[in-house]
Amino acid sequence: MLSIKNLHANIEGKEILKGIDFEVKAGEVHAIMGPNGSGKSTLASVLAGREIFEVTEGKVDYFEKDLLEMTPEERASEGIFLGFQYPIEIPGVSMVNFMKTAVNQQRKHKGLEPMSSSDFLKLMREKKDLVELDAALASRSVNEGFSGGEKKRNEIFQMAMLEPKLSILDETDSGLDIDALRIVANGVNKLKSKDNATIVITHYQRLLDYIVPDFVHVLYNGRIIKSGGKELALELEEKGYDWLKKGVDL
Amino acid sequence: MEKDQDKILNEVTQGEYKYGFVTDIENESIAKGLNEDVVRLISQKKNEPEFMLESRLKAFRYWQTMKMPEWAHLKIPEINYQDIIYYSAPKQKVTLESMDDVDPDLKATFDKLGIPLDEQKMMSGVAVDAVMDSVSVKTTFKESLAELGIIFCSFSEAVQEHPDLVKKYMGSVVPYTDNYFAALNSAVFSDGSFCFIPKGVRCPMELSTYFRINAANTGQFERTLIVAEDDAYVSYLEGCTAPQRDENQLHAAIVEIVAAKNAEVKYSTVQNWYPGDKNGKGGIYNFVTKRGKCAGNNSKISWTQVETGSAVTWKYPSCILLGDNSVGEFYSVAVTNNHQQADTGSKMIHIGKNTKSIIVSKGISAGVSQNSYRGLVKVVKNATNARNFSQCDSLLLGDKCGAHTFPYIEVDNKDAVVEHEATTSKIGEDQIFYCNQRGIKTEDAIGLIVNGYAKEVLNKLPMEFAVEAQKLLAISLEGSVG
Ligand SMILES: Nc1ncnc2c1ncn2[C@@H]1O[C@H](COP(=O)(O)OP(=O)(O)OP(=O)(O)O)[C@@H](O)[C@H]1O
Ligand SMILES: [Mg+2]
Repeated sequence: MLSIKNLHANIEGKEILKGIDFEVKAGEVHAIMGPNGSGKSTLASVLAGREIFEVTEGKVDYFEKDLLEMTPEERASEGIFLGFQYPIEIPGVSMVNFMKTAVNQQRKHKGLEPMSSSDFLKLMREKKDLVELDAALASRSVNEGFSGGEKKRNEIFQMAMLEPKLSILDETDSGLDIDALRIVANGVNKLKSKDNATIVITHYQRLLDYIVPDFVHVLYNGRIIKSGGKELALELEEKGYDWLKKGVDL
Repeated sequence: MEKDQDKILNEVTQGEYKYGFVTDIENESIAKGLNEDVVRLISQKKNEPEFMLESRLKAFRYWQTMKMPEWAHLKIPEINYQDIIYYSAPKQKVTLESMDDVDPDLKATFDKLGIPLDEQKMMSGVAVDAVMDSVSVKTTFKESLAELGIIFCSFSEAVQEHPDLVKKYMGSVVPYTDNYFAALNSAVFSDGSFCFIPKGVRCPMELSTYFRINAANTGQFERTLIVAEDDAYVSYLEGCTAPQRDENQLHAAIVEIVAAKNAEVKYSTVQNWYPGDKNGKGGIYNFVTKRGKCAGNNSKISWTQVETGSAVTWKYPSCILLGDNSVGEFYSVAVTNNHQQADTGSKMIHIGKNTKSIIVSKGISAGVSQNSYRGLVKVVKNATNARNFSQCDSLLLGDKCGAHTFPYIEVDNKDAVVEHEATTSKIGEDQIFYCNQRGIKTEDAIGLIVNGYAKEVLNKLPMEFAVEAQKLLAISLEGSVG
């Protein structure tokens, strides 16, 4: 569903992504690991279409379409979901209102009628239970005053609401306590199907015990320097990144 | 509410000024220009009693001695007062018995404006007085209100039918000497609404006036007078629109409110005069004097306003808190976009003991507009135990617009507690991207954020107008980002 070829991207004239290649097929789970500042979040943002990043080279196909030509909201409506590493607060806008607008705009994009209020509230309730999100959070302003863990859980809740085809979860595990981690991972697993795919960005092998990846990629200094199966994550946990950095030109 | 918001947000994309049509109705106008004869002619056309003519002439003579004020944060080209038509009325009988008598073109205008003049909308329980250009066209629900002793009619009619009340209250809150535009209005006002709630009566429905400027080169100078006797209650709404024209049009209104003992008056405004085009051409100059007097003990006056229109807005709805324990409130959302300029705020004058006031002002600036809050909280010596809380927030869209806050505080009583808080925020690129990433278009994201920001004020509006106001906010900010 997703094919990335030789992707380069800049911010403020500085090259962050220096030629990324990889492919994601329906039903797969990919994990991206790598040291701080290596470009993981940048890759996620570029895939989601954040305009502060400038794509200077390369090609990204998403279901045979040129992803880079699409606006961020088109990408979202076409099924790309980004779980933010640092979810954004939007004071004054209730979660209910926010989600309803999102759900209905995505439906509109697909040529569907807006969801009725009662159906929508039912859906909210169902998905809220799935990630065991505190009911009170759903009636508050988007992420405003949420604790770090609550914000992450809220990201998964939104993912559940929007039922994306390709989810990119940027360090959704960081800041979660052990129970929350299990709940979030369960949520992700329940939403998994043979038609959708997930990219999890993480620093910890622990998450991958719950969400078992088919592939693990190591991103370093804007490039994928190693790819492997789930055992690569274990190896990284044990050895760190230094052994991989050797022989990579900076 | 949620559903309405969706609907509104969907409408955002069709954003141009929706109310910019001109109705082709024959108008009866007098020649351009202003002098004593014109003042006499207006009075004569309206068949006014002697006291009205006298009061107009006094105001006119006073106005001639005055100079138009200047403001630090408003840039206003010189206004040629001789180039304005001071009286224009749709050519038709002014007193109408039923809807069938209303000129179909005029009715179509009001339909376009969404004014609930027709029977079906009357069911929604809003009594409406519509003022087109200068003349009040139709007051619905008059009879059922009359049964309660409530008078709700055009100002001209009040002058004819209730001269004693007009004489007693007109100018008692805003004297013609108050300011330049108050003097001008007092000299040439042509119509407006009059509302009187007798002792002990709670008005069972919202009363509403719609103002519309239609004819070219016309100034609109309307006057509203609301009187609530002891223990009375009324909620009043004013809506304003104007056609799109290249030249600027002048609007200088006066609103006076009197609240007696235990009385409460809520006054809500949704102001959507034509703001001019994207390049700052055309638009209404809106210079309005609005003031309420909490005359009796325990009385309360609330101003709620949503200001999205006009090229220039100059307006400070105020409360004089004369009665002990009286309460004044001011809730405002003022949006400026493109080249609009707004200088608005409130004055709370604490005179009685234990008086309370609250000011919540939410400014939203976009484009190259300038948005200023200017407020005065005054506590006189004998106003023991006075309390004021003011909250002035500014939201900026883009970095070419300006927001300014000028809070003036004059306190002559040691017990007074006057608090002022101010914040400035921006809609961040990250907030917009977050919304985009969930499938929400930028325009709609702004609509969501802005309505969220203004919620505290919008919640004060009567339900049906809150929806209208949300829609207006979104529409007036259309195209302001990206
Ligand atoms: N808005 C920005 N302005 C300037 N530099 C930026 C910006 N965003 C990211 N960068 C830089 O790009 C590089 C990659 O950042 P990125 O957030 O993609 O790293 P990451 O792999 O996600 O790191 P972490 O594991 O710490 O989350 C860093 O050097 C960072 O400082
Ligand atoms: Mg990151």
